[in-house]
Amino acid sequence: MLLMCLAVPGQLLDFQGEGLERRGTVSFGGVRKLVSLACLPEAVPGDFVLVHAGLAIGRIDPGAAERVFAYLEQVDGL
Amino acid sequence: MKFLDEYRDPAACRRYAAQLAEACTRPWTLMEVCGGQTHAVIRFGLDQLFPPGLRLVHGPGCPVCVTPLEQIDRALELARSEEVILCTFGDMLRVPGSSGDLQAARAEGADVRVVYSPLDAVEVARAHPHLQVVFFAVGFETTAPANAVAAMAARRERLANFSLLVSQVRVPPALELLLGAEDNQVQGFLAAGHVCTIMGWTEYERIAARWKVPLVVTGFEPLDLLQGLLLCVRQLEEGRYEVENQYERSVVREGNGTARRLLERVFEVVDRPWRGLGMVPAGGLALRPEFAELDAERRFPSRPTPACESGLCRAGEVLRGVLRPPECPAFGTACTPESPLGAPMVSNEGACAAYYRFRR
Repeated sequence: MLLMCLAVPGQLLDFQGEGLERRGTVSFGGVRKLVSLACLPEAVPGDFVLVHAGLAIGRIDPGAAERVFAYLEQVDGL
Repeated sequence: MKFLDEYRDPAACRRYAAQLAEACTRPWTLMEVCGGQTHAVIRFGLDQLFPPGLRLVHGPGCPVCVTPLEQIDRALELARSEEVILCTFGDMLRVPGSSGDLQAARAEGADVRVVYSPLDAVEVARAHPHLQVVFFAVGFETTAPANAVAAMAARRERLANFSLLVSQVRVPPALELLLGAEDNQVQGFLAAGHVCTIMGWTEYERIAARWKVPLVVTGFEPLDLLQGLLLCVRQLEEGRYEVENQYERSVVREGNGTARRLLERVFEVVDRPWRGLGMVPAGGLALRPEFAELDAERRFPSRPTPACESGLCRAGEVLRGVLRPPECPAFGTACTPESPLGAPMVSNEGACAAYYRFRR
């Protein structure tokens, strides 16, 4: 069942169309689904995106993703 | 899966918990806003890692829970109409209305279809041009862009048989309502990461300054939540009240500009009642006049019938963080997920359902 405000990260494999019609295949750990890219025109194949209710709502910044661990190293080292 | 599993690492969680215990020298009450976060806290047992002074109360961020009873009744009325296919997220099926729920209506022959996306409901409308397809558009800011994309698609294709029963809500006004309540105990918030993925956090900067509360934009995995709590507690201990962003991998200050523009093209801000909270000024969204032809409430005018809440259910107090689910006399006895009295026992994001599922 859909957790309504949950968005699931997956990797964009391809895209087609433009504007509101832009869609792409996203792989969620191997499970593929066609999602709307209407709100993420800048996403390109290889990007990890967050998908909610059939729509990609954000792109995951791999650099920032490491900072949860970097912060821990920093505070633990104090 | 990448960007999920690594944020559930037990060793890193314990290190964060140790930092949290060290940082927390006084009692503090924090609230996680989103039901998805509530669910993760209870599911992973994170609250069992908290230092004794830290109390986390659960917020109203469960879209299913705050959808007004009147809207559930209206959805039921539409679903029971011969000419209508009602499409909805699965979570809405078991939410009790004044007379039964959508699942019971379906069992009685109503055409109720569970969809994963509002765009799937548009597809149902394309496939059934002789029937009216209504999508029950509930949700927070996270879901509004998907509903906006569906509305734009229906209008572009001139789909005369598609409409939206809108019950979209907005988080910041509800937080201010909670902060202004006499019995409010919340001293800091974990703001919902996916709402902010869309909206950014500029609105929260004003709230932090006005109410002198720290707000930390926080993700949904155990490490996210523990780091969000640590950042929030540190602010409280140091007497700061700012907006900080724990969920850096997904959220930037201005949010998703494309999604916001689309949302603002289709919807406008209105006062909306929240189930359990009452009327929230500027607490919701409605279709703009240019999209009025897609408004199911206009297309299918109904006679308002008096809505009837269960007398036993104390969902309002649970949604405001004043009552913990196990403290409700009906919890687990008169009210269970199989036979819920109120929406928080139904939804995957409801606090009562989370406690029932993981704490009994």
